[in-house]
Amino acid sequence: MKLHNISFNNLNRRKGKMIFLVLGLFIGIATIVTLLSITESMSRDIEDRLDQFGANIVMVPKSENLSLSYGGVSMGGVNYKTVEFDEVRIPDIRTIEYSKNLGLVAPKVLGAASVKGKDVLLMGVDFESELALKNWWQFEGTPPAQPNELLIGSQTASTFKLGVGDSLVLGDKEFVVTSILKPTGATEDGIIIGDLHAFQKVLGKEGKVSMVEIAAFCRDCPITELVLQIAEKFPDAKVTALRQAVMSKMQSIEMFKSFSYGIAVLVIFIGSLLVFVTMMGSVNERTREIGIFRAIGFRRGHVMQIILLEAMVVGLIGGILGYLGGNTIAFTAMPFVIKDGAFAGFNYSMGGMAVLLSIALSLIASLYPAQKASKLDPSEALRAL
Amino acid sequence: MNTINGNVNPAEHEVQHLIEILGIGKDYQDGETNVQAIKQMDFYIDDGEFVAIMGQSGSGKSTLLSILGGLNHPSRGQVLLDSLDIYKLSSEQRADLRSEYIGVIFQSFQLIPYLTVLENVKLPMAITGRKSKKQDKMARDVLARVGLANKADRLPDQLSGGEQERVAIARAIVNKPPILLADEPTGSLDSNTAKEILNLLKELNEEGQTIIMVTHNPDACKDTTRTIHVKDGSCYAH
Repeated sequence: MKLHNISFNNLNRRKGKMIFLVLGLFIGIATIVTLLSITESMSRDIEDRLDQFGANIVMVPKSENLSLSYGGVSMGGVNYKTVEFDEVRIPDIRTIEYSKNLGLVAPKVLGAASVKGKDVLLMGVDFESELALKNWWQFEGTPPAQPNELLIGSQTASTFKLGVGDSLVLGDKEFVVTSILKPTGATEDGIIIGDLHAFQKVLGKEGKVSMVEIAAFCRDCPITELVLQIAEKFPDAKVTALRQAVMSKMQSIEMFKSFSYGIAVLVIFIGSLLVFVTMMGSVNERTREIGIFRAIGFRRGHVMQIILLEAMVVGLIGGILGYLGGNTIAFTAMPFVIKDGAFAGFNYSMGGMAVLLSIALSLIASLYPAQKASKLDPSEALRAL
Repeated sequence: MNTINGNVNPAEHEVQHLIEILGIGKDYQDGETNVQAIKQMDFYIDDGEFVAIMGQSGSGKSTLLSILGGLNHPSRGQVLLDSLDIYKLSSEQRADLRSEYIGVIFQSFQLIPYLTVLENVKLPMAITGRKSKKQDKMARDVLARVGLANKADRLPDQLSGGEQERVAIARAIVNKPPILLADEPTGSLDSNTAKEILNLLKELNEEGQTIIMVTHNPDACKDTTRTIHVKDGSCYAH
């Protein structure tokens, strides 16, 4: 017989009380785990979507001139002195420290050409990376696979009355339109997109690249750090992070997070109060029993040990069940919170924290009742004696 | 105060007694009035005695027993156990003393409901550091001694009143304390069972156990070596 046998036997044979105590902690911990799990899954989901959503870093050559366009309206001021990168330098991007966070790198060459007497913007791309980056593009026909095949914007198609299968001469080379881009509402509607190397020749910019779009996975890294690292490699480039979209989405997640923490604190408080009241009631109920312990020679510390050990066991069980329950709720609720959202999975460090928190709460809530119990005057406690 | 057999007088004081009660008194504050539960008591108890403390309810006998057990600080006077003034010790030291020297049989058994008979008997050993095998043997031996060897795994509420009392006795003597205090051990039992319990206590006394028993039942005093009567907070010899 050791003191822990008394605690375990009490919990085991007074199951109703123990279930009530565990329930208090379970509700508290499960709520926290559910909220945190959902928030984590939400931010992962948004990050994944942003990662899929094409470029979040743009690299263009540094220019002394300020842009004279706003919201797609150009006010002239043609920049005659265009600067370009050498294509051979592009692979250097992947030598930065955070290169593992780099997804697609899509270089482009841009330039104007005259088609049927009208100026049109040509964009030469590496179709493989470009199409992966612009995965929201929809086409009529099949995307270009050969250097002499073209993808044209919907507006360009109607301006030049071009359809799939029509041919077009650019410079002195003949190209075939294999697909037409459905309206995107962006600049692509009015341009002609072709193979990077073929268009470099058409535009007379062999080995040159006008801009690079980069998709980076930013779950674990600060995007500003990535931008700085790329800028270091390319001192002649202006590297910009398209942060606006990320920021606004992350802001709403942060707001939800704060809200979750607020709710969590409230629920924890109520859970602890429940444990406190139940433990207090249990001590009052056990006054006589504690009197017997003291009368047969148990020290104050022994009585506290018995009660605190019970609290610890209750905390441990409540924490584990709360963590499992919280994850189950998060898993079940996820499809309703985020459409097509995936559950972020078990986070074991969160599990460890949940269990520790539960034990700590249970101990803190039981400290006063345990102290009160240990201070009971044995003769008062027994009365009969 | 009457001079009685058992009261301490200066000539006897040189003899070493197991317990000496020297001028103890206990006052309670009941609202604004001061109630004297024990006015003044002086007596001694020797090793191997079976002493009955008799008195009506409210006479102060239970208070006296709780003072003897180191559970209730007297308002004045001394309780010497082997010449040691137990109320000069801290409350934690008194807890250790109770664990080592005093076994208590409580009124209405006071068994722990969620522990089995065996576990209840082992309870006082939970703080002694004895190995569990040794604890088990000691508890089973003492259960056999009180005739409950076959009910070790029952819970208290599965036993009759007499059996519960035996468990309480087994628990009180398992640590082999020099002093056994019994508070109305037959109070809630029928006369036959009460007789059995008194026989058991008598046997224990014959084996050398010092017993101090509080009772209001005159029949219970037949087998004791001495009876101290308590009335209105004072004590008298039989």
